[in-house]
Amino acid sequence: MKRTFVVAAFFLLLIGIWHLATASGRWSSILLPSPAMVGEYLWGALRDGSLIEAIKVTLRRLLIGYAIGVAIGLPLGLLTSTSEFFEDTIGSLALGLQTLPSVCWVPLALLWFGQTETAMLFVVVMGTVWSVLLATDTGARTIPPIYARAARTMGSEGFDKWTRVILPASLPFVVSGMKQGWAFAWRSLMAAEIFVTILTGFGLGQLLQYGRELSAMDQVIGVMVVIVVIGLVADKALFSPWERFLHRRWGTGLK
Amino acid sequence: MSTNDSEPRASPPAELVVESIDKWFRTERTTTHALADVGFRVVSGEFVCLVGPSGCGKSTLLDIIAGLTIPDKGRVLADGQLVHGPGRHRLVMFQESALFPWLNVFNNVMFGLHRKPELANRERRVIADYYLRLVGLEKYKKAYVHELSGGMKQRVALARSLAPDPRVLLMDEPLSALDAITREQLCYDIQEIWQRRRKTIVLVTHDVREAVCFADRVFLLSPSPGRIREEFRIPLARPRDINSAELAHIAQRIMVALKGHLGETHEAAE
Repeated sequence: MKRTFVVAAFFLLLIGIWHLATASGRWSSILLPSPAMVGEYLWGALRDGSLIEAIKVTLRRLLIGYAIGVAIGLPLGLLTSTSEFFEDTIGSLALGLQTLPSVCWVPLALLWFGQTETAMLFVVVMGTVWSVLLATDTGARTIPPIYARAARTMGSEGFDKWTRVILPASLPFVVSGMKQGWAFAWRSLMAAEIFVTILTGFGLGQLLQYGRELSAMDQVIGVMVVIVVIGLVADKALFSPWERFLHRRWGTGLK
Repeated sequence: MSTNDSEPRASPPAELVVESIDKWFRTERTTTHALADVGFRVVSGEFVCLVGPSGCGKSTLLDIIAGLTIPDKGRVLADGQLVHGPGRHRLVMFQESALFPWLNVFNNVMFGLHRKPELANRERRVIADYYLRLVGLEKYKKAYVHELSGGMKQRVALARSLAPDPRVLLMDEPLSALDAITREQLCYDIQEIWQRRRKTIVLVTHDVREAVCFADRVFLLSPSPGRIREEFRIPLARPRDINSAELAHIAQRIMVALKGHLGETHEAAE
């Protein structure tokens, strides 16, 4: 309760400083709109449905792209952690491609898939897969070998060993990898939405880009706020339960 | 530890034969001769301890008996059957770190039982409960591993390796990480449990007292390469007190012998 209060007070203070800065009149309100103007834009966009629609479109792309990315990255990460062959091939490919900022996939996606939903998903998947793969790989490698040995003596081999021992043992790393993957997916999607104008859906990134074209700074800042809030909420909703679960079992992060 | 209710069926303890084992470890830079011509026989139900300084290959030997490592020469026979891989009849009680943190105490004990298809789920639960009572942890069924003390973890490890009813139990320094009081208690408990659920046990340790406390016979190993140097019969009555003067006296004698063998090895190396 006390901590919630501290968080709320801190953000109110930030908004207060912002308000004072605009009220001082030193900066033009076209470049720096007041909190009230941004609030007004957000309220209007909520009421006419354009904001809700954009959030829906964006979240749909994000969830589908992320799910595909994890579904590919997780098993590949387990694979590269066990086999030297896959480590040298897929592992080094992943290492290389992870350094490529995901916005660099946009031109290729556009030429391959045109201005379609597929191009958008492709960029998100490429942004997610490699970091999930690498985090899972690291996780599976850091499992104390004694777990696998204990499991083998108790008659756990092959598939059973993988699903009942290796995967749960690497869960702390898998979860942090998935969290990192989520951040990457979110970034790539925003990049893609800003650069790719497509007709099948109008996402948050496009709303942001539109704000720039119209020089509507209240819209630009308003959409940025929405993007941050969605990122925060998703992080809490998707990963906090997992992290609490891990802390309870492993006895980590206790105060 | 009061358990007079129906005890689970116990398999007869196995006879174990270790025949002239040799093991080398090769890396790109070095070749280590870990074990040289190690051989001994353990009669069924006997408690045997292997003592030696670190690096004498005792853990490797335990792995070989468990079937986790394949020797370069020699073989292991359990009840006349050649050991060529891990098997449920030879379970290892690893050090506490081998318990699974993602499972609670009860499910850690259930892990091996789940891999015995001939048991029904109800039977598995009855067996797990029995062994948790045997080690005195029935109140901690739902606890997670990190919530237990070092001694309690060792008890869970003991229950987990006893539950699938192996014929041979292999122990890797079960007492070494514990404080003096916990150590004395667990030492009594392991002896009592062994009297009640008779198994063939091979224990490796660097702690001579720990070995003397449990063993019918103690084998002395010297390092590089690991070799059995001497064998001691321990005639003390059970249960033994790990802190008794009598036991300390025997431990002292073995210690002197061990130092003598270490001296020889060093001279040979020079």
